[in-house]
Amino acid sequence: MNTPLRRLASVVLVMFLALLGSVTAVQYVQAGSLNNDPRNVRTIYREFGNARGSIVVAGEAVASSTPVDDAFGYQRVYADGPLWSAVTGFYSIANGAGWGLEDTQDDVLTGRSDRLFFSRLRDVLTGQRPEGATVETTLLPAAQQAARDALGQQQGAVVAIEPATGRILALVSTPGYDPNTLAVHDTAAASQAFDELVAAPGNPLRSKATQENYPPGSTFKLVTAAAALEDGRWTPESELPAPTELELPLSSSTLGNFGGGGCGADPISLADALRVSCNTAFAGLGIELGAEALEEQAQRFGFDADPPAILPNAAGSTFPDDLDGAQTALAAIGQGSVTASPLQMALVAAAIANDGVLMEPTLVDTVRAADLSVVSRTEPSVRSEAVSGTTAESLTRMMVGVVEGGSGTSAQIGGVQVAGKTGTAQTTAEAAPHAWFTGFAPTDDPRVAVAVFVQNGGDLGSEATGGRVAAPIARAVMQAVLGS
Amino acid sequence: MTVATIASHQVRAGRTTELGLLVLALALGVGAYALVGLGTADAVPTNWLGYAIGLTVLSLALHGVLRWRAPYADPVILPLAVGLNGIGLAMIYRIDLAEETGFSVRQLTWTALSMVLAAAVLVWLRDHRTLRRYTYVAMLAGLVLLVLPLLPFIGATINGARIWVRVGGVGLQPAEFGKIALAVFFAGYLVSNRDTLALAGPKLLGLQLPRARDLGPILLVWLVSLGVLVLERDLGTSLLFFGMFVAMLYLATERVSWVVIGLALFAGGAAAAASTFGHVAARFDVWLHALDDEVYARSPGGSGQLVQGLWGMASGGLFGTGWGEGRPDLVPYAESDFIVASLGEELGLTGLMAVLACYLVLVQRGLRTAIGVRDGFGKLLAGGLSFVIAVQCFVVVGGVTRLIPLTGLTTPFLAYGGSSLVANWVVVALLLRISDEARRPAPAVRTVTPGGGTPTGGPGTGTPAHGTPVVTGTPVGPGVGRAGGDGDDDQPTEVVRGVPR
Repeated sequence: MNTPLRRLASVVLVMFLALLGSVTAVQYVQAGSLNNDPRNVRTIYREFGNARGSIVVAGEAVASSTPVDDAFGYQRVYADGPLWSAVTGFYSIANGAGWGLEDTQDDVLTGRSDRLFFSRLRDVLTGQRPEGATVETTLLPAAQQAARDALGQQQGAVVAIEPATGRILALVSTPGYDPNTLAVHDTAAASQAFDELVAAPGNPLRSKATQENYPPGSTFKLVTAAAALEDGRWTPESELPAPTELELPLSSSTLGNFGGGGCGADPISLADALRVSCNTAFAGLGIELGAEALEEQAQRFGFDADPPAILPNAAGSTFPDDLDGAQTALAAIGQGSVTASPLQMALVAAAIANDGVLMEPTLVDTVRAADLSVVSRTEPSVRSEAVSGTTAESLTRMMVGVVEGGSGTSAQIGGVQVAGKTGTAQTTAEAAPHAWFTGFAPTDDPRVAVAVFVQNGGDLGSEATGGRVAAPIARAVMQAVLGS
Repeated sequence: MTVATIASHQVRAGRTTELGLLVLALALGVGAYALVGLGTADAVPTNWLGYAIGLTVLSLALHGVLRWRAPYADPVILPLAVGLNGIGLAMIYRIDLAEETGFSVRQLTWTALSMVLAAAVLVWLRDHRTLRRYTYVAMLAGLVLLVLPLLPFIGATINGARIWVRVGGVGLQPAEFGKIALAVFFAGYLVSNRDTLALAGPKLLGLQLPRARDLGPILLVWLVSLGVLVLERDLGTSLLFFGMFVAMLYLATERVSWVVIGLALFAGGAAAAASTFGHVAARFDVWLHALDDEVYARSPGGSGQLVQGLWGMASGGLFGTGWGEGRPDLVPYAESDFIVASLGEELGLTGLMAVLACYLVLVQRGLRTAIGVRDGFGKLLAGGLSFVIAVQCFVVVGGVTRLIPLTGLTTPFLAYGGSSLVANWVVVALLLRISDEARRPAPAVRTVTPGGGTPTGGPGTGTPAHGTPVVTGTPVGPGVGRAGGDGDDDQPTEVVRGVPR
C-alpha cells in the first residue's frame, strides 16, 4: 500500500502548491487591482488609518491629520480653511481627495509615491506604520491674507508670483469654503456639505484663480503692445490713430472708447494709449498687426498651451483661431473670445517683470518624508521667452505710466515704483463688467507680480473699473509682499 | 528510497525534539496573542499571562502523556497542532477585539477540552487496531452523525447549511465527528475487502472495473455524500467525505479505476446538483464572476463576502499589516470560514505561506506514519485521516482564494468552532497513536492483528519498524518502490504483483 501512499503524498503536494499559487495570485499578482477597486472600502480605511502628510505654508500646517479614536484613525484638519481652500482643496471620506494640493499631491501625501520607495521599504522592515510626506508650499501667508482681506465679500481671485522664480506667493479665490465641513467622518454630513457647496452662490468649490476663464479686457492690451514692440515697426512713441469711434472692417458696427469719449489726443502715442487704455487705438493697432502676430505673442505668454499643472482642473487660456478683421480688433483689446484665467494674467505681468522671461509657476517648494529628509525640491525653470529684454523694458516704462498718471493710480505705493495695467471687461449687456488689474513692483528689481480679478465689478457693480476696484487690491497684496 | 538508511538506523523516539518544537509553537501562539494586544491597544492583553500558562500547561501535559503512553510517536505532529491552534486563537481574539464578540473565550474552552480529549484517546487507546473491531459500529455511527442535522428539533439551519445540531444550547457540527467514524469504517471495510475490490471484475478500455456487487457500499457512500450535498446544502462536507473515500479506496486497491469512477460519480452528481439546485449554481456563478458588479451586489448569494476576503488579503500584500493592525473584521465570518483571509491580511503572503507549510508538513507526517506503520488498517486510517486534513485545507483556502468554488468547511485548528477543534485534535491523537506504532522498534514476535490476514514474508516479520523489504527471491533495490512496511499482514497480492517490476 506504500506506492499509492507515496502517490497520494504527491497529490497532496500538488494540492498545496496550487494553494500557494492561488494565495500568491491574490496577495501579490492581483493585489494592485484589488486594492484599487473603487468598491473597496479598505483603501479609504487604510489611507485614513495612516498619517497623511501635512500641507505646510511657511512652517505652519494648513492641512494636517490628527489621531482620533474612531474607525478611520485620523481626522483631516484645516487651519483657517476658507483662507487656503483654493490651494489645499479637501480630503474627504465621502468625496475623496479633490480640487487642490490634496488631489495633485495625493501620492506623496499618502506615502504611496514611488519617490518615497525607500521610506516605504524602511516602514516595512521596521514594522512602522507608513506615514505620508509633507508638502511645503511657496506661499507667503501675509500676501495670502492681504489678498483675501482686500477682496472681502467680493467674488474674485488674486494670484501673486515671484517673477524671477515663478514661486506663487498668494492664490486666493473668493468665496472660499471650509474644507473641514467636507472632511468630517460622518459621510452623510460630508455629502450634504458638498451638495450645499455645489449649490452655493459664487461656486466656492471652483477656484476662480486657476479653474475659470474670463475675458481679460484691457489687461490684454499688454499682449497687443508687446506684439507691436516685438514687431519692430512700433516703439512706445509711435503715433496711433485714436478716433472716438472706430469702424470695424467688413462690419456695420463701430467700437467706442470706455465712457464714450476720445482718448485725449488723436493721434496718440502707444505709451499714452496704454496709459489711458485707449480702445480705438489698440483695436486699430490689432488690425494693423494682424491676428497671427497677436496669436503668436499670446502663445508666447502661455495662451493656447496646457495650463501650468500646479492645481487640478486648471483652465487653459485661449486666443481664438481664424479671426476676421473685426474679431481681431476686439481680441486686441481683450474682448471677443479671448479668455484668460487670473493665473494667466499674473504670468503676463511676471514675464514682463522678469526681462521677458516667463518662469514656470510653482506652488510646491519641498516634499519632505516623515523623517524630514527631502524627497524633492522644486528648482526654478524657464517656461518660455515671452518678449525680448528691450520690449520688456519698454512695456515696464509704459506700465509705470499707467500707475503714475493713467487708469491705475490706485495701485501706487509710496516710495516704490509700481507698474501695472487695468482692465474692465464687458461680459453681457446686463451684467456689470469684470474688474482686472495686473502689475508688478518694484520696477527696478521686481519681487512680486500680481493679477487681481473681481467678478462683475464686485461691490461697485456697474460703476466698477479695474482702476477703482482691482488696483487697490493689487496694491495691498504687493505691499504685503514688499513689507515682509 | 530510504530503505537502506532507515533499516540500519537506530530509531530515535524524538520526545526531546518534540519538546523543543513545542516551545517554538507555544512561543508562536502566545507571542501572537501578546502582539494582538500590542497592535490594537498598545498593551499586552490583561489575560495574557493566564492564557500563556494555560496553553503551556495543556501542551506540556499532552507531551507528558506522549512520553508515558506513546514514546515513539512522531515528534512533529503535536507541535504543529499546538502552533496552528495558537495562531487561530490569537486571530479569533483579534477579531473579538474588533467586533466585541466573545468567540475567543469559548474557543479557548474548546481547546482545553480538545487537548484533554486527545490525551484521553492516547491513554485509553493503546493500540489503534482495536478500532478495527468496531468497523460496522463506526459505519453506523458515521451515517447517524451525518444525518443527525436533518432530524427535527435538534437539527438547525445556519447560513443556509443544515449541518448543525443544537444540544443543550451548544451548537455542534456532527459531520466533523462523522468523518473520523467513517474513516475508521472505510479503513476496516477496505482492509477486509481490498482483494475483491482490486482484482475481480471486467476490464474496459484498459481500466479494471470492479464487480457490480462490490460497488454496493461505494454507491451507498456516494448516495450519502450526495444526500448531504442536497439535503444539508453543504457542498464542502460532501466533497470531504467523497474525497476521503476515493483516496482510501485507491490506497487499498492501488486501482486508478476507482479514482476515475469516484471522480466521475462526484462530478456527475455535482453537475446534476448544480443544474437542479439554485444554491449550488449560485456558488459556481460567484466563483467565476466574483468581481462582477451584479454578482457582487447580489444579496443573498452574492460574492460580497468572498470579495471582501480577497480585498483583505490583497491589502495584506507580501508582509501583512501585522497582528492587530489590519481590518479583518470587515469580512463576514472573519473568525471562522474566512480566518484564512484574516491571516492573509495581517500576516501577509509570507505568513499565510508559513501556515500552509505547517499544514503540508502535518499532512506529510501523517502520510509518513501511514507508510511506516505495518498493518493495513493503520495505513488506511492514517492515510485517510491525513488526507482529510489536506482536503479540508484545500477546500477552504482554495475557496477563499477563488481556486475552487467557495464551500463552507472549517480550517482545521485555526477556525472558530468547537466540533471542528475537538474532531481534529482526536485526529491528531489517532495519528500520534498510529505513529507510535509505526516508529516503535518491533518486538521479536509479532501478534496477528485482530481480524487480520496471514503475515507474510517470513524473515521480514519481526524486523524494525521501517522494516526490511519483502524478499521473495527477487532483488529489491532502491527505486523499486517497495520500502519498509510491505512485510505485512494483509498483503499477499502486493508481493505477487511486486515481482514482475
